Amino acid sequence: METPILEMRDIVKIYPNGVMANKGVNFKVMPGEIHALLGENGAGKTTLMNILFGLQAPTSGEIFYKGKKVKIASPHDAIRLGIGMVHQHFMLVPSLTVAENIVLGMEPKRGVFFSKEDAYRITKEIGEKYGLEVPPKERVQDLPVGIRQRIEILKTLLRGAELLVLDEPTAVLTPQETEELFDALKKLVSQGKTIIFITHKLREVKEIGDRITVLRNGKNAGEALVKDVTEEDMSRMMVGRDVELIIHKTPSKPGEVILHVENIEYTPPGHNKLLKGISFSVREGEILGIAGVEGNGQRELIEILTGLREGDSGSVKVRGKELFGATPREIRLASVAHIPEDRMARGVAALASIEENLVVDRYFLPPFSKGKFSIDVKKIHENGEKLVKEFGIKAKSSVVPVEMLSGGNIQKVVVAREFTSNAKLIIANQPTRGIDVGATEFIRNRLVDERDRGAAVLLVSADLMEVMQLSDRLIVMYEGEIVGYFDSLDGLTEQELGKYMLGIKKDAPEKIKEAVVS
Amino acid sequence: MKKTSSFEFIRILVAIGISLILGFLLTLLLSKDPIHAYKYFLYGPLSKTRRIIEFINNSVPLIFTGLAVSIVFKAEQFNIGAEGQLFIGAVAGTAVAILFPHIQILHIILVFIAAMIAGMLWAAVPGILKSKLNASELVSSLMMNYVAFYLGLYFVNYYLRDKNAGFLVSYKFPKTAWLPYLYRRYHFHYGIIVALVFVVLVWYLLYRTKIGYEIRMIGYNLKFSEAGGINVPNTIFSAQVISGAVAGIAGAIEVTGLYHRFLWQNLPGYGFDGIIVALLARNNPIGVPFAALFLGYLRTGARIMERQSDMSAEMVTVLQAFVILLVTAQAFLSTWKQRMIEKASRKEEEENE
Ligand SMILES: Nc1ncnc2c1ncn2[C@@H]1O[C@H](COP(=O)(O)OP(=O)(O)O)[C@@H](O)[C@H]1O
Ligand SMILES: [Mg+2]
Repeated sequence: METPILEMRDIVKIYPNGVMANKGVNFKVMPGEIHALLGENGAGKTTLMNILFGLQAPTSGEIFYKGKKVKIASPHDAIRLGIGMVHQHFMLVPSLTVAENIVLGMEPKRGVFFSKEDAYRITKEIGEKYGLEVPPKERVQDLPVGIRQRIEILKTLLRGAELLVLDEPTAVLTPQETEELFDALKKLVSQGKTIIFITHKLREVKEIGDRITVLRNGKNAGEALVKDVTEEDMSRMMVGRDVELIIHKTPSKPGEVILHVENIEYTPPGHNKLLKGISFSVREGEILGIAGVEGNGQRELIEILTGLREGDSGSVKVRGKELFGATPREIRLASVAHIPEDRMARGVAALASIEENLVVDRYFLPPFSKGKFSIDVKKIHENGEKLVKEFGIKAKSSVVPVEMLSGGNIQKVVVAREFTSNAKLIIANQPTRGIDVGATEFIRNRLVDERDRGAAVLLVSADLMEVMQLSDRLIVMYEGEIVGYFDSLDGLTEQELGKYMLGIKKDAPEKIKEAVVS
Repeated sequence: MKKTSSFEFIRILVAIGISLILGFLLTLLLSKDPIHAYKYFLYGPLSKTRRIIEFINNSVPLIFTGLAVSIVFKAEQFNIGAEGQLFIGAVAGTAVAILFPHIQILHIILVFIAAMIAGMLWAAVPGILKSKLNASELVSSLMMNYVAFYLGLYFVNYYLRDKNAGFLVSYKFPKTAWLPYLYRRYHFHYGIIVALVFVVLVWYLLYRTKIGYEIRMIGYNLKFSEAGGINVPNTIFSAQVISGAVAGIAGAIEVTGLYHRFLWQNLPGYGFDGIIVALLARNNPIGVPFAALFLGYLRTGARIMERQSDMSAEMVTVLQAFVILLVTAQAFLSTWKQRMIEKASRKEEEENE
């Protein structure tokens, strides 16, 4: 049998917070293959790859590279061995040009001076060699995500990578960009490179993977040749049971308008206009989805709606009450719930207990307040225990600090709070990003339940599956504008939606105006 | 969680142990009779009733400033203004003690209230400067210490000074403005009781009230608190002002309990000690009296050692520095901690199988 290019044996990783992210993982990669590392979020994939790349030290375990035992103490060691990694979050310098980023740390010199011409030439050559063309002179900040990713890949190739690790490369890409990436990966393999590709999208594995290794809860859950398994098989390996991520949802029965957004404009200081007159409305009993590649103004729009950012002009009415420029407290008291995009930054206080996290919007109201000044810790505790049970939060009790929970359970804490405030409007921004299938299914179904209870739901998601599955009506944002509106999602395909998201297609203004209903 | 907090406790104990050993080595090096000197340092404060009382009295202002600093630190804000707040509290207390009618009980209470209000006002200035002009609270609270000092001395000198005394001190307070004694000898006054009451009050404030919840949440995660609807600037301001009140009353306790007149010619340094106490107590009000008594003990021990041997009391500053360094150094004992965590995780994992 051929020697594997990489073998990781019995890898254990325990983080300083006590999380055992890898529990004796074995991982083998053959030269010249595209190896998909599969697993739900939190399964330990990134951890395993960070160990391979020298970013984390394993608690125990061995690594063999090309048959020899190696010790990888830093990314520097990894690069020297010929291992390259493209992280989940890119690590480029936005203000530098493409070429400067690519040669960063190994700048070509003429005498003692940095030679721009050489950098451009090197960038052009390596791009051509691998069929990954990039504009050498442009600044990274002006380029779309797909191109940035190519730059990251080229960076590793220039440093001599033979084994390339890509951590969830398609999470931020449109369907079209994904296709281009796959073409490039195939080309790299044909030139003798080996690729480890992390994902939890099974269709992609089927499309380009040769072999898979599945992790579940920090342990090996299966290994197979892609051609021998079906998507159902893989999904069963990932979650340990049959999952059907189908949301049971009846047609919406919209009532009166709850949220009315008109002409929101916003220009961040020192930047170009980011929101160019956004108008739409959401009625009770319906879910309005906002689709779009991240970074097209969705975040800022939601922050303005929830009082976390000051917009330049416009109007935000909730049940007729003007809330443009109001504080988060005023907005919440107007019966608005908010599931923030970044749960660790805004969704929870990681060091506080679950039960304290569950009352941040209501500790000052009965039954949690006691008199004018005090809080009733007994009531807060009871509420905590009740919601932990009701939302299936995996924790010994509600006094456990949130930081001890896995990503999916942390998000359940957030939704347990936001879904129990009996809000008339729920603003959910990326409600299931980066969490396991079980929790995703739960949260999506609850969101539909909230709709059926009569709440108006505004859903922002970069996950196409999610917006398409949950939305009753849909708008698409591109570069701070609404470029598409669908009053029904029947017959809409991902491909079609992708064209709007990339700015290739745009609806007529009259059509977009229909997003405002009355 | 339990594991990590008991770890913190052990870490502090080990840090103290190591510092005491280092202190002994230092004594070995510097003293002609090191055993004698170090014995006074270690046992001195407990060797006589007078010394026990001295050490407890010394700890009282440290408890107050430790609490004051803890409140602000809990909100992840910085405060080096406790020094000035305490000083101005003492001045305001002195003014009321001397100028107000001498009515039993009411008088001393008025003294305390005045001290607290003065402390609050002093703490409010950096807060307002911060919110209106975005001036760093670090710099302005430090400046306010000097303002308190010079303004306070000026005020005492021109309005409250006892012309018959040979140096700059205020008139002696009337008896109605004395903090009562627990035990008349050696000035064992009620300060320690008031301090312990404040420990409970501050604990209640932080863990059982709305403002306490707000303070802790913004300390844990400011952006989360903001998104949850907490008024962050107001909370920061409140934390500073409440802290100012606690520091202010400490000044009044000192003048009404120990001296019965105002006699400070320098900033007494309790505000900065409060930072050390808060650090050792990990900002937990319940830990504050222990940390303060510990520091008070060291200080008293050092003073006794100085009186009884050829060692200088300055040694305690060195010890203090060791303890702080070790307690705050993240890496200290971290491998051990990591091993403990790994063991616990593995065990939990096996139990789950
Ligand atoms: N730096 C870290 N410190 C502590 N825990 C971490 C850290 N990184 C990841 N974890 C935890 O380890 C587990 C595995 O995470 P990760 O390797 O990122 O999974 P995946 O990439 O498969 O989604 C999760 O429970 C996560 O919360
Ligand atoms: Mg990951």
